[in-house]
Amino acid sequence: MNAKPTIVNESTIEFDKVTYSFQGSSPNTVVSDISLKVNPAETLVLLGRSGSGKTTLLRLVNRLLLPTGGQVLVQGQATSEWDPIPLRRKIGYVIQEGGLFPHFTIAENIGLVPKLEKWDGDRIAKRVSELLTLVGLEADRFASRRPHELSGGQRQRVGVARALAADPPILLMDEPFGALDPVTRAELQREFRSLARRLGKTIVFVTHDVREALLLATRIVLLERGHIVTSAPPEEFLHVDHPEVQAFALSLGALPGATA
Amino acid sequence: MSPWRFFHEHSAEILEATLTHLTLVLVAMAFAIAIGVPLGLLIVHRPALRNLSLGIASVLQTIPSLALFGFLIPIPFLGGIGRRTAIVALVLYALLPILRNTYVGLTGIDHAVLDAAEAMGMTTAQIMWQVRLPLALPVILAGIRTATIITIGVATIAAAIGAGGLGTFIFRGVAMVSDAVILAGAIPAALLAILADVFLGWLERRLRVA
Repeated sequence: MNAKPTIVNESTIEFDKVTYSFQGSSPNTVVSDISLKVNPAETLVLLGRSGSGKTTLLRLVNRLLLPTGGQVLVQGQATSEWDPIPLRRKIGYVIQEGGLFPHFTIAENIGLVPKLEKWDGDRIAKRVSELLTLVGLEADRFASRRPHELSGGQRQRVGVARALAADPPILLMDEPFGALDPVTRAELQREFRSLARRLGKTIVFVTHDVREALLLATRIVLLERGHIVTSAPPEEFLHVDHPEVQAFALSLGALPGATA
Repeated sequence: MSPWRFFHEHSAEILEATLTHLTLVLVAMAFAIAIGVPLGLLIVHRPALRNLSLGIASVLQTIPSLALFGFLIPIPFLGGIGRRTAIVALVLYALLPILRNTYVGLTGIDHAVLDAAEAMGMTTAQIMWQVRLPLALPVILAGIRTATIITIGVATIAAAIGAGGLGTFIFRGVAMVSDAVILAGAIPAALLAILADVFLGWLERRLRVA
């Protein structure tokens, strides 16, 4: 990993007093007054129940949403100042079920952002086969298949490969392994953990699964009803004295302190 | 007179009427597709125009076909007696299924797919051409298929305003109280509709991804 200051700057995300409310007939505040800095190369897990605002925070980073108060800074610049297209092409995005294009082959899915970035065909082909190998799929077996011919786990691997295609400094992941069976999920989590440590990307990972958070995170940020409850490294997380933390600890089926 | 004898004796005339009928349908469908599909694309991101155009197309669909032909006759440029008026009416009828299916097809795409497309930094135009349109194609084609079958049927009424086609036999047969003459128009029209349905259905299935 490169430690030059420019690189550090390239992959930093900062939430500065961010509030987001749904506009409309019944305004509804989803997250309020969030201040949070994501450090380069860390895997920050946003943990919370449904409706805690974790996905909203994620979507504020790549400008799928704009904050209604405060600002989100990516590479030191507010997302509202960014042209959304170049911003999003610097940020990999993985969602549940992959969101793969059903009418594209696996190779076309993975090569999409490079193609949008006008790479030449040979370079794209090379990158695609490199990425397939990286996520544990045989390139020549999978490149020309379509998403529906793959299993859920394989599709999710392709989703990760697609997000990494143009080598973005930042990766956003919204419950990427949520729809998988437990065995495949555990397998992908383990592989992803080592991949994340190896690639040195800044990763923001959303989940409601505390076990997954403990496994993957270098830091866990717990959200409750749009507010940050705590921010702690995984080894300290379960010891935090807060009812919501204890609720998540109980969901592990273990007494606080017994795990991690 | 038995229908078979009538068919046999007037086969050239029936064939000619069938070709006229087919021409009416094809020309009308070409216009309806040329208007309906681009309009459907346009209204995806324009709610005001969407309500207006779907509203108008729906109202047009409710006008009885004979009445619509009648309404058009006195209108300058578009109206009058003959084929042109008939084509205008057929286009108006075919518009709704095409427009509605285009819109529904383009907007009924899996949310995760559109979300991913946007998050990967595709522009609105790229999403339209590379994601929405290819995925909507089978639905759009289903609309074209419905519209074609409606048009083949409605085109028989076009004979009432002098546009020719298979309706000529039907109206003549009704006037002559002759089943044979009616069937000489009705059977080829039904066959055309069935063939169109089978062919477009096959095309639709081919375009569907999994």
